[in-house]
This record gives sequence, structure tokens and C-alpha cells, in this order.
Amino acid sequence: MKKTAYSFPEEVLEHVFSFIVSDKDRSSISLVCKSWYEIERWCRRKVFVGNCYAVSPPILIKRFPELRSVTLKGKPHFADFNLVPEGWGGFACPWIRAMAGAYPWLEEIRLKRMVVSDESLEIIAKSFKNFKVLVLSSCEGFTTEGLAAIAANCRNLRELDLRESEVEDLSGRWLSDFPDSYTSLESLNISCLGNEVNLLALERLVSRCPNLKTLRLNRAVPLDRLPNLLRGAPQLAELGTGAYTSEMRPDVFSNLAEAFAGCKQLKALSGFWDVLPSYLPAVYPVCSQLTSLNLSYATVQSPDLIKLVSLCEKLQKLWVLDYIEDDGLEILAASCKDLRELRVFPSDPFGLEPNVALTEQGLVSVSEGCPKLQSVLYFCRQMSNAALNTIARNRPNMTRFRLCIIEPRSPDYLTLQPLDDGFGAIVEHCKDLRRLSLSGLLTDRVFEYIGTYGKKLEMLSVAFAGDSDLGLHHVLSGCDNLRKLEIRDCPFGDKALLANAAKLETMRSLWMSSCSVSFGACKVLGQKMPRLNVEVMDESGPPDSRPESSPVEKLYVYRTVAGPRLDMPGFVWTMDDDSALRIS
Amino acid sequence: METTEKTPQKTTTTTSSGGLNLKATELRLGLPGSESPERDEDGGGGVKGGAIRGFCFSSDGIDGKWNLSEMGIGKDVGLFSPPTPREREQASVIKQKKPQISSAREQVVGWPPIRSFRKNSMATTQKNDDVDASQAKSSSNCLYVKVSMDGAPFLRKVDLKNFATYKDLSSALHSMFACFTISQCGTHGVSNRDELSESKLMDLLHGSEYVLTYEDKDGDWMLVGDVPWEMFTNSCKRLRIMKSSEAIGLAPRAMEKCKSLN
Repeated sequence: MKKTAYSFPEEVLEHVFSFIVSDKDRSSISLVCKSWYEIERWCRRKVFVGNCYAVSPPILIKRFPELRSVTLKGKPHFADFNLVPEGWGGFACPWIRAMAGAYPWLEEIRLKRMVVSDESLEIIAKSFKNFKVLVLSSCEGFTTEGLAAIAANCRNLRELDLRESEVEDLSGRWLSDFPDSYTSLESLNISCLGNEVNLLALERLVSRCPNLKTLRLNRAVPLDRLPNLLRGAPQLAELGTGAYTSEMRPDVFSNLAEAFAGCKQLKALSGFWDVLPSYLPAVYPVCSQLTSLNLSYATVQSPDLIKLVSLCEKLQKLWVLDYIEDDGLEILAASCKDLRELRVFPSDPFGLEPNVALTEQGLVSVSEGCPKLQSVLYFCRQMSNAALNTIARNRPNMTRFRLCIIEPRSPDYLTLQPLDDGFGAIVEHCKDLRRLSLSGLLTDRVFEYIGTYGKKLEMLSVAFAGDSDLGLHHVLSGCDNLRKLEIRDCPFGDKALLANAAKLETMRSLWMSSCSVSFGACKVLGQKMPRLNVEVMDESGPPDSRPESSPVEKLYVYRTVAGPRLDMPGFVWTMDDDSALRIS
Repeated sequence: METTEKTPQKTTTTTSSGGLNLKATELRLGLPGSESPERDEDGGGGVKGGAIRGFCFSSDGIDGKWNLSEMGIGKDVGLFSPPTPREREQASVIKQKKPQISSAREQVVGWPPIRSFRKNSMATTQKNDDVDASQAKSSSNCLYVKVSMDGAPFLRKVDLKNFATYKDLSSALHSMFACFTISQCGTHGVSNRDELSESKLMDLLHGSEYVLTYEDKDGDWMLVGDVPWEMFTNSCKRLRIMKSSEAIGLAPRAMEKCKSLN
């Protein structure tokens, strides 16, 4: 008996689809047939837009009329490191305005690297009656006034997370705008705020919200207020302290230790600005239950770090400064067998001489001792092919590997050779590697390895590497799953780019700055590929005021169904069919 | 790229408002005592040989035109005293191109790849912490502030810790924003950046109608150069290269603050 798709009523299909949550799967479902496309789009509740310019608000709204959750990303990743000039774009307002009209039942908005105005926040506050989650990650453009609007109006707010956003902190008063009747807060992250919030209001808010699980304070919250806050929320799972220093008084310490001991569900700790080492033992009571520890702002020495970390046997994620040194990492490797993610940040990134005893050895130790290690971000000053080889063989389960050797173009310090073979070993052995950041002295050969072995690679970051276009060509032609490629200061030019133009439509975006791509090539690319936006950034004036062969400062290419964007600032030009007309 | 032109109208109202000689407190470019007649007509003229106020302390004493008694400033205020030998030296190196390189490495933009939030956090931490001397001596904290220029289509961020003096900062900003000013002043006969000699660049910018201002911790806009360098870096939140026509009224406030600080 022949069974067909339409032997099921729509409602049944809808119900079945409701169990499919991943975007990829949803996308696959929608491609089965027209009726499935229709059913799917009406019951899609959550959408992730990795590049806000790849699509437009009207297109989104037309296809998905009943969304409850939207995630948008704006600026390219290199904006984090000041490579994208101010005013480039990523404006949230047009999206928020459009969604305010189309989705009265919207519950969640998550934005990353976007420019959000107070006006946008006010629109959110007034338009969505059931608004629950606001996450602004690395955003900017708003002030505490906008936050006040959210606090005052969003009766059902569960999550307010401002992680690493640049907020103009006008006053700490906004926190008091949460009405006394408001009790639904589950997660609050204000760690990026500069000024003091109204501490009394904070304490009252924390103690009246029984479901509060995540509380990340800002530096301005003094340590002696922490015990009260903790006592008001013993159910906390994640805590970010404020400044972790105070006049050394025995009562402050015992108060703090007692308060920590009362938090039986605490799994994650962060904050720790301005740490006074003698206060660290106050957290010892919770160490054995911690799975996540962010000490990357704690400027304490290795012995104190070691004491703390060696007690955290369940630790899965550790972010720490290089004060931990090789010795500390060795202890970590011995104590924390469940470690999945390690990030080691530099305490003195611009100093000429190493200030701590942290070398490639630390990372090797951890790769040896921690069988579940799969995500690494490591800043150091020396590396060898041998070490990388060892790490690769130890950890074939590595999925994210970002190594930053501080001095650009540093060779293998033992052999003075390029680090091609070392990184080659990483891509060869770590077959599930999805993200890779390179550094050190590298020739075209490393890109040949990457193109050959990096079949699952989705994101690659390259700086000061390679010899010629061949390098870029290897990557574009070999990495089947490449989505994001960001390159700076490499001698890559026109040939590889134009030869692999079609590849760019299969990727989210390509960033190239301070490379050798000519203006003429950008024009050709723009004209050849109508479904790509080829944007040239040049702060010294219109690119056509210079010869066609002169290299462009910055190039950002991304696929889009929305055509060239209309909100570009004066230093960005789109190359397309009309590019000749547009530049004038 | 258009610039907002100051309407001549405003100039006339200030001089005719109730007999107050506001022109005396009007911000001038150039040394006290030097004439700048073009300013009365339009905003586009150039004053040759002057210096952006606040950077060049080589004043020749108090000029009656400034009507200092009206502003309540006595003769002793450092702003108007004869240049010290250090200031003379600073004035003579005004043409220095590169910012002073400290014992830290010369910084490449965006390298090593660390987010500004982290950099700024670490900067304040290292200042406050009781870490032992070997770490404390590392000179390379970062203090990023945004720099905008009236009429320019882009903002920049500079790290104030890269500079040791106002001269360094001034030179760096001149290079950063020179390209914009040049494209604005096509009539000066400068078409190609490469052809521009350094002295010409300085003249162009000194002759332009811009002053360097900053927003301090209290949210007030002040002229750059009025306070000692260390004090400036501690309180500067943001920089703005302002059209001098818009900077009227900054001078008195700056004096007030200066007084209260001394």
C-alpha cells in the first residue's frame, strides 16, 4: 500500500516537526516538497541569522510569520579587534522595528556585534507583551536609559544578558526600574557595566526572584556585599563576582566563605577582578562542584591558582591568565580529568620579554592529561612543530584550536623552521576540527595541509602567513565545509579569489584586510557574482581615485539574498553591476 | 561627505548680544595676540602659523584681547605664563611624526587579537593591583578612547597609553585624520597624499578650523592640553576633533575646572 506524505493531516506533521529543533534539520525538512515547506515555515518558532545582511527583515517576516525567537549577528568577527571602523553597520533598529510590527508574541532576541540604540530597546520594551530573553553580546550604541525601559516594561523577562557590550553607563538607577511585583528573573549578566548599580535594588531584586540561576555582577559591586546577595539566592548555579578585594578583615572572609558554602548548586564562577589572594580560599567550599571557572581577570600568581584549580576535580571549562604558567597547567592536567575547554590569556601581551614561565609545554601537558580536551585558545610566546605534533596525536578529538603566538611570524623556536608541519599535524589528526586560528611563521605549505585534511573545518583565521595566492587557493578549493574565512596581512591576491569565486557563495563570509587584492579584482568579483555583496572598505577615499591595480584596504564578501545594503557609511563601497555608478 | 558649515549669522548675534564682549572669550586658534580676521566672514579661512590651542604653550604673555579679568583668571595661571624650557622643547618637536615608542612593542592594530573590554580591564587591574614589581613594570596597559572628527565619515580608536605627551597624540591624530582634511581642502592644491610634505600637512591642519577636545569623567567637554598629561589620560573618556566654531564656550569651563583642580 502506497503511503504518501499527505496521508497525514497538517496538524500531525506540525506536531512531528515540533521535535525538530536544529536549523539544519528544519532547512532539510523545508526542501522535501512544497507542502512541507509551507507547513514548516508556519510552525518555525526559532531562527538564527548568522549575517544580518544576508537577508532582510521583510524577507524573514514573509517566510516565517510566527517566530518567537530571533538571533542576529552583525559585524564581522575582526570587529572585536578594532579592524572594522566605527559606523560600518550592523544596525539592529530596522530589524527591531519590523519585528515589532510582525511578531507581537516574540519572546527572545539575541544580538551579537550589532549596534543597538536606546530607541530600539524602548521599542522592544513596549512591543512584545511576552518578552522573555534579551541577550546583547558585544553590542554597542545603547545606554542605561534603554535598560531602564526594559526593566520597567518587560513583566515576563527571564534573561537579561549584556555580555561584553559597550554600554554608556549614565547611572545605576535603571535597576530600580524593575517593579516590586517583578519576580521572574532567571539570568542577569551586567558584568560589562562600568558604574555602580543601586546595590539595595540589586539585593532586593535578587532575593525576590526564586528562579534566579545566573548572576554576573560588574566590577563595581564590592566584595563585602556579595555574601548578602548569595544568601538571597542560594539556588544560584552561575555567579560572576564583582571586584574580589576588600580590606582584609576576618569577618568579611568568614561571612563570604559561609555564604559560598550555602550555594549548593553553584557550578560556574567568574569575575574575580582585582583579586586579593587571601580571599580566594573563601570559594574552596564550592570547588568540588564547579564545572566552569573563569579566572581570566584574576591577576594572581601560579601558587594561588594551582591551589584553587587542583580542588576543582569536576572542572570542564577553565579560562585563566598565563600566570598559571607551565607548572600550573601540569597540575591542571593531573587534577581535572574532565576538562573540555581551556583558554589561556596573556597578562602582558605587549611586553617585549616574557613575564611568566608559560610556554608550549603547558599546552602539551594538558593535551596529555585531559582526554576530553576539545577546545583550546592559547596565547604564548614560543611554539615548536614537535609540540604541535604531540598535541595533535594526543588529542585527535580536538574540535576548536586557536593558537596565538604573540610575535607575528615566529618560527619553531627549536629548529627555526616554519610551523607548517605542526599545524599540518593538527589538521591531519584532528579529523573533526571545526575551528582553527593560525599564528607563527607559515608558508603556503600549511594551507596545502589545511586544504587536504581540513574537511570539516568551518572557520579559519589567518594572520601574517603564506607566500602567495596558492595558499588561499588551497583553502578555498580544499575545505569543503568552510563557512567563515578571515585573513589579515597575508600576500593573497586576485588570482585565488577570482578562481574560487563560486566557492564564496557556499560560505557565510570572507574577510581580507591588508592583503594584495586589487580594486579591479573586487569589481570583477562583484560583477561576476550577483548573489554576493563585495564590499570594499577604504578610509583614505574612494577606491576609484586610485589605479585599478592598487590593493584595497579591507574586503568583506558575503552571500546574500537581500542585494547590496543601503546603510553603508562613506568609507564602504559595494562592487556590483552598478558599482561604476555608485561610486561618485 | 558634507560638513556642517557654520552660518555667519551666529557670529553676528554673539557680538551684538547685550553688550557682552563674548568675542573675548571666543575660542581662537593661534597664539593669544595673533589676529585671525578671516574668522569673522566664513568658516573656511586658514590661519597660517598658528597652533591648535592647548598644544603650544609658547604664548607671549597675557593679551588684553582675552579679557582675562572677565574670566577671573590671574596672571599666575600656567596656561598663559611664558613657556618653560620643557615646553619650548616640546614646541620644537611638534613636527615629530611617530608617536614615542615605549619599552613595549610597536603595536599593530588588532594584534594580538584581544578584545577591547579585556584590554581595558587589564589596564585598570595592573594599575590597582598589589602584584609584585616584575609585573607592575610592564608598561603596556591600554586605554582605548574613541576619536571622532566633525564631518569625517568614520571614527577611530586610539590607545592613550601609546603616547607620552600631547605632541605625540597630536601628531598621531594629524596622520589619522589628515586624509580626510586633505580631501576636504581640494582648493589648497593638494591632490595626492604622497606629494604632501610634512610641513604642508601641519600648515593645513593648523590652518583649519578644528580644535581637539575631550569628554572627561564628569561628562564635560574640555579642550585638550589644559591639564598635565597624566591627569588627562586618567580622565579622558573620548576625543573629538571639533570645529572651532562649535567649541565656543569650552574655554571658560576649562579654566574653571583648571582652577578648581589647582
